[in-house]
Amino acid sequence: MKNIAVVEKGWIGGGNTGRNTTIIRSNYLWDASAGLYNHALKIWEGLSQELNYNVMFSQRGVMNLAHNLQDVRDLKRRTHANRLNGIDAEYLNTEEVKKFCPIINTSPDIRYPVLGGTLQRRAGTARHDAVAWGYARGADEMGVDIIQNCEVKAIKRNGDSVKGLETTKGFIKTNKIGVVAAGHSSVIANMAGLKLPLESKPLQALVSEPVKPIIDTVVMSNAVHAYVSQSDKGELVIGAGTDDYISYSQKGSHDIVEGTLNAILELYPIFSRMRMLRQWGGIVDICPDASPIISKTSIKGLYFNCGWGTGGFKATPGSGDLFAHTIANDEPHELNAAFNINRFVSGDLVDEHGAAAVAH
Amino acid sequence: MFIINCPFCGEREQSEFKAGGEAHIERPKQPTELSDDEWAEYLFMRKNIKGIQFERWNHIHGCRKWFNMVRDTSNDEIKAIYKMGEKPPVK
Repeated sequence: MKNIAVVEKGWIGGGNTGRNTTIIRSNYLWDASAGLYNHALKIWEGLSQELNYNVMFSQRGVMNLAHNLQDVRDLKRRTHANRLNGIDAEYLNTEEVKKFCPIINTSPDIRYPVLGGTLQRRAGTARHDAVAWGYARGADEMGVDIIQNCEVKAIKRNGDSVKGLETTKGFIKTNKIGVVAAGHSSVIANMAGLKLPLESKPLQALVSEPVKPIIDTVVMSNAVHAYVSQSDKGELVIGAGTDDYISYSQKGSHDIVEGTLNAILELYPIFSRMRMLRQWGGIVDICPDASPIISKTSIKGLYFNCGWGTGGFKATPGSGDLFAHTIANDEPHELNAAFNINRFVSGDLVDEHGAAAVAH
Repeated sequence: MFIINCPFCGEREQSEFKAGGEAHIERPKQPTELSDDEWAEYLFMRKNIKGIQFERWNHIHGCRKWFNMVRDTSNDEIKAIYKMGEKPPVK
């Protein structure tokens, strides 16, 4: 396939791509997920060289904390599952957690004491904007047309197959359409008369004023719902949760932020005087099994890459690669075969709610 | 955050409530006769509307009763609230 256009309503990198907590890891529980996310992680490791664009990929490690006995059991199980799938994973006890990230309050008398944690050393962060710009430049060099400020208004069908896109800049005739529209996937699907197993919800994150280096890794905690890392500019990047109602408003509830900051302050008392600079809510499309969809649909020539919910950034290179394979061959790659839409009919779900790192 | 007028308790903050998703999805009358496609439609497929949506809410930190709501999901504006079993008051 050579004649390719990217049709973007806003501008490249202006959506959730440029507004996420930039965490990259592959320590998912099930075999299918391990294959998918580790495929992405391997591409991340050479991405700056391949794109000739510094995406500032930093393998600073990602730690997941355990705060109760069930967390300990779940995280140990996940560590074993990861290792069986060739993914680096270690289980740390409380002292080792403290040693790896000294600012964590590991005192036994806090509300949810740190009982241990897992560590994936190959995991880390990357500069989200650079990823969007690097890919855009690379695609442009290979002859892809990137059409910005161009909204898709309708998907034209010829019976059971697609025949083109109606946009604000005119009609584009094509027999293959790949939709990557994050929170608005259902809206686009609706244009083709398709229903998806998705619910779109606001997910919030916030960034503090910049300070000198204080935390050189990523720490996530499912039980208390808090995760934090520090950007190269020095800002603390903090992820909050989703609201439980469907909304496209790009505004999250204040109590969600409050809950996250309560947890952050309990775990990191050192941050108590930090001021938050920015807060935002992005709309994420969540699948019932917290796993994505990279799949053909019942309409010939229409493909969806959606349902990434609260954690799609980490998979960017892998998801793009596998989606391109699926579109070009009209068949999924073996790594994304399990992530087809049909799993909601067959019942063969890939339940990753536990490995979504924080409960949503 | 927004204020919800619970039909039983009156106006309360949204954080007192739990969203129950799309409303008026009818439980299959003959579950044993359903095909896999129909089960998938009932269990998983959602309209996920951007705009006017009919949905269910539960006042979990109050009366714990379920009710229905009509809300514009593009700006969270509540158009109507009505009790379970009642017909939606707006189209």
